[in-house]
Amino acid sequence: MAVSSVSSIGTTNLVSRARLLWALWVLAAIIGGLGFLERLLHGDQATDFSSYIPWGLWVAAYIYFSGLSAGAFLLAAATYVFRIRVLEPICRLALLLAAVTLPMGLLMIGFDLGHLERAYLIIIRPQFHSMMAWMVWLYTAYLILVVAMLWLSFKSVQPGRNPEAVTNDRARVRVLAIIGIPLAIGFAGGVGALFATLAAREFWHSSLFPIFFLVGALTSGTALVTAVVSWQWPSRDAAWKDLMTLLGRMLLVLILIDFILELAEFMTPSWYQIGSFYELTRYVLFGPYWYVFWLVHLLLGVLVPILLLAKTRSPVITGVAAALVAVTFFAVRLNLVIPGLITPELRGLEKAYSDPIGNRLIFAYFPSWFEWQVLLGAIAFGVALWYVVIRLFPWVFPNPAQSSEVGQ
Amino acid sequence: MDRRSFLKLGGLIGGALGAADLLVIGDALANPTADRITSLPVLDRVKAEPGEDVLIRMQRDLVRAMNKGIEKRRWGMVIDTRKCVGCHSCNVGCIMENKLPPGVVYRPVIDQEVGSYPNVGRRFLPRPCMQCENPPCVPVCPVKATWKRPDGVVVIDYNVCIGCRYCITACPYQARTFDFGENWDSKAASGNDGGLALQTCRKYGQEPSFEYGAIWRRGEGVIPKSPVGNARKCTFCLHRLEHRQLPMCVTTCIGRATLFGDLNDPTTLVSQQATRNNAVSLKPELGTKPKVSYLL
Repeated sequence: MAVSSVSSIGTTNLVSRARLLWALWVLAAIIGGLGFLERLLHGDQATDFSSYIPWGLWVAAYIYFSGLSAGAFLLAAATYVFRIRVLEPICRLALLLAAVTLPMGLLMIGFDLGHLERAYLIIIRPQFHSMMAWMVWLYTAYLILVVAMLWLSFKSVQPGRNPEAVTNDRARVRVLAIIGIPLAIGFAGGVGALFATLAAREFWHSSLFPIFFLVGALTSGTALVTAVVSWQWPSRDAAWKDLMTLLGRMLLVLILIDFILELAEFMTPSWYQIGSFYELTRYVLFGPYWYVFWLVHLLLGVLVPILLLAKTRSPVITGVAAALVAVTFFAVRLNLVIPGLITPELRGLEKAYSDPIGNRLIFAYFPSWFEWQVLLGAIAFGVALWYVVIRLFPWVFPNPAQSSEVGQ
Repeated sequence: MDRRSFLKLGGLIGGALGAADLLVIGDALANPTADRITSLPVLDRVKAEPGEDVLIRMQRDLVRAMNKGIEKRRWGMVIDTRKCVGCHSCNVGCIMENKLPPGVVYRPVIDQEVGSYPNVGRRFLPRPCMQCENPPCVPVCPVKATWKRPDGVVVIDYNVCIGCRYCITACPYQARTFDFGENWDSKAASGNDGGLALQTCRKYGQEPSFEYGAIWRRGEGVIPKSPVGNARKCTFCLHRLEHRQLPMCVTTCIGRATLFGDLNDPTTLVSQQATRNNAVSLKPELGTKPKVSYLL
């Protein structure tokens, strides 16, 4: 817990900061808990979703969290598979982050369903055409795999375990990582394909979308791992500094690649300023929520982090830049989901028939307080889960005395 | 036939059809398993003749189609935009028939203004479900809760739908809406008639819907009662067709602008109209092959 990890350093300043964070968590948990209760009793009624913009903040949160998970996992899996020794110390941490962020996303998407109690039907009534069904099967398999890898990895570091069994465990972890890479790529890209395969939605119907989702997952996941390593790493030694420098460089490259893809995604279909995609690009850039793109995403999520990462090798500043990328990536996810739904498919539909009770037949959307409340609840849940697991399994932070897990 | 006797005959037939409707509905409610009828005897007494009301012709077409196997008929609709006056009666009829709550709509009438002032005109586009031959909403469903029936109507199993709304995003005509569980009484009118409005809305909220021939009583809660929490759509009033009744929007259209029938039978009114030169479908480039077409 933040309290224990920081209080050991012993300054009163840090203790009071930890108390503040603890109080903030309690507040978030209470607000979020009330949101969960409201959701269970009255369904999605208090949301600003409508029949025409049926997906909103929660779907964006789902793809955001699942992207963080897939990105963190791919970082760990690549380290196991390709035996990247220098990244080895962060493997278990990245795996654990993957295991914590995916349930946060599942919580959001579960609450989004009109009939949560029927979600199991996706397994027992398989529909092989549906990209959504594939996504569910893939992330179920993926979650099982991540937990299995963590368990094997945990077993291998138990004191007194015979060295042969440890070698076996590690070999199994590597096999699972090899299986996990295509699974995580399929699942992260599949979430993009869920949108991209819809011919009815021009904004989503692009071959680049699944790739963009995958690179987005890598970027945001790496950013999250970097931020957590910067903040919570137990030893602030030279090895940690080297690790932070490397993670910072990797993140810089990923931000740039993601940005190039974004340029291609927006500019190619709208360059000659004609067609409906152009209108949607205008909506993202100059519409009522222009600040989400320009300020939250481009300024705080791309330009500032690029400058910070390019200019300095300070682990703390690298951590700040990574945290900025990880948090503001939510804006990218929002700007992928909402604009795809914002224009009527038939001109005039917006005025054809209205709903004076719930405003469910309009083409405007802004997340309601209740939606933010549930998101806050999911974040509080994820933070709690994270602190519980790192308290239970402190082995995620490697002990310098430990032998290499990546192998010979 | 002079004008007076024509009107008399019309009144007689209309009354008889209405009475037959009531009898059939009464029977179905009393004994839901014994509701199969194969003919409307009243139609035997009305000789088919050129120039007869299109509703009577479509009624005949309907009985004939219903006596075929389900896989032999293919329901379609033709909407004559030149006759549509934008009265919204079809939408209102649909809402009353299916007891639609706020936020759910199967057949909005789009009111389009064309041209620029002062050279402007209005045109109307009623938009039911297109009942596509190649429906984009069907393959996306993760639980097979929606499919195309052998007679071409795309249906939703309310008892299976998980409410993910993927189908809603997949429809290029936005013909599916979501039942959020709201009711008309939650913001009933205030003022002198406020009490009456509230009472009426509450009563309406308790009325069941008979979609798909079942009795649906909506309700919100930890486990919502379907169709709350489900995607919903136009079904061409399948439950009415079973009783040899035309879809509600067809019967309430004051301009006889909505035509309905079996597209597999070349002698039906709807088949003849759907193949005219001026019949178009919406977004044909998507390859969805709508079974609803518009006469321009």
